[in-house]
Amino acid sequence: MIAHAIFFYVFSTIAIVSAIMVTASKNTVHSVFFLILDFISISCLFIMIGAEFLGMIMLIVYVGAVAVLFLFVVMMLNVTQQKNQWFSSAYSSKHIPIGLIISTIIFFELIIVIGGWKYKPELFNSLNYSLNNEISNTHSLGQVLYTDYIHIFQMSGMILLIAMIGAIVLTFRQRSGVKKQSYFKQISRERTEGIEIKDVETNKGVKIDD
Amino acid sequence: MEYLSIIFLEVYKILFLLVPVLVSVAMIVWLDRRIWAFVQKRQGPNVVGPFGLLQSLADALKYIFKEIIIPASSNKVIFVLAPIVTMTLALISWAVIPFSENQVLANINVGILYLFAVSSLGVYGIIMGGWASNSKYPFLGSIRSAAQMVSYEVSIGIIIINVLLCVGSLNLNDIVLAQEDLWFVIPLFPMFVIYFISALAETNRPPFDLPEAEAELVAGYQTEYSGMMYAMFWLGEYANILLMCALGSILFLGGWLSPIDLYPFNLVPGAVWLIFKILFLFILFALVKAIVPRYRYDQLMRLGWKIFLPFSLIWVVLTASYLFYFNLLPTY
Repeated sequence: MIAHAIFFYVFSTIAIVSAIMVTASKNTVHSVFFLILDFISISCLFIMIGAEFLGMIMLIVYVGAVAVLFLFVVMMLNVTQQKNQWFSSAYSSKHIPIGLIISTIIFFELIIVIGGWKYKPELFNSLNYSLNNEISNTHSLGQVLYTDYIHIFQMSGMILLIAMIGAIVLTFRQRSGVKKQSYFKQISRERTEGIEIKDVETNKGVKIDD
Repeated sequence: MEYLSIIFLEVYKILFLLVPVLVSVAMIVWLDRRIWAFVQKRQGPNVVGPFGLLQSLADALKYIFKEIIIPASSNKVIFVLAPIVTMTLALISWAVIPFSENQVLANINVGILYLFAVSSLGVYGIIMGGWASNSKYPFLGSIRSAAQMVSYEVSIGIIIINVLLCVGSLNLNDIVLAQEDLWFVIPLFPMFVIYFISALAETNRPPFDLPEAEAELVAGYQTEYSGMMYAMFWLGEYANILLMCALGSILFLGGWLSPIDLYPFNLVPGAVWLIFKILFLFILFALVKAIVPRYRYDQLMRLGWKIFLPFSLIWVVLTASYLFYFNLLPTY
């Protein structure tokens, strides 16, 4: 039990410190790396309470896919330059109130959630499923997700699909005047088509690509 | 005292696993170069030791004694961290590989998800190395590699779902035991082929070695690395290749099961069979490197997203319908 407690405190300390460092570090790429560290330590906490499936999915989805995307975007944008403009120019005060308002709203929402947990315990006892220690938690999750909540589950999947298609449609633009390579054309080219013999008149030459 | 003995036991187990893995990584590098040479009618490394077997050891010694150069304009912490991350991730995934029914360091319920998660983390070593070098070619190489690894992970994930449908468990030992009657390579042969090609792309092996395409990008994300740090990238890469071979043999070739379930073959320990299967897959990897020319980048992306992903998705539907129709779905 002592070892368990030690690991719990180690992982939760890393989680909290890296969460603070996400906002505190000056280099944006560093803060993304701290975010990744945060995700990893939280998935370790999931595994420690026995939710191994959730922990692994957290690693695969957030660290393996979402954070890579963050990292890409942050590395591509010249964020350090923008940041300096925001904080050191005369217009800096514009952004601070908006940030403050959003953070206060999130703070009160968190208080409401934790308050509900504290003062209305029956909110969290509404779970009707008895925990069965015989089967692994992958099976028990599947048994709940694909039976009682199948419609909600599929609906969320459809929403994600639509969001993905929407993002593709919004960013897709057909550019004209771009030379594209066609695989089928390239592979099915024969020797007879590769060479074209033309009679060239003196002092006139030939035009390529017509 | 009790804790201390547990810790010593675990450290002993881990070393008993990791030292053979590292030695076999060195040997596999030699084998790779040797096969490559034989295909091209060369001799390959044959000077150091018998048949040149100690060539990798000599290379490793050379790397250890070289000076480590850290570029002045690099982001030093991340620059040093990148090879360490690559190496660590390549080694920790061996913890769940079963060498026989009882010989496994951690027999966890979600073994296959763990392997998948660790291999999806592998992209960070490359991105960190490329970004921290603060130079154009490494950065381009790391971006290419990240896009490539993320794309091919999707198809590997769906191939794994195919196998899991037939097994009904995420435990690697259960996956092996489910193949006692029939290895999955027979009913799921197209998936095995796609797994093999995706594994080539996932480990940045030729013909998908665009991240380090030496004709275009010098050496990709490794350009600025020298000495021991370069050696760590190199070790991690080959340990990953071995791991992908091990995963392929567990998913499709029956892991540590003997190919013929008869008297003299039963006595051979499972680890030997697993090693033979890993070697078989690795020789295929090495032959592909020698034979096939490099892909173009847009063709690589097209292959991953437009061919492998839809095909393996359709195969998931087919497998599921087949199992459901003939009432073969594994029950728990």
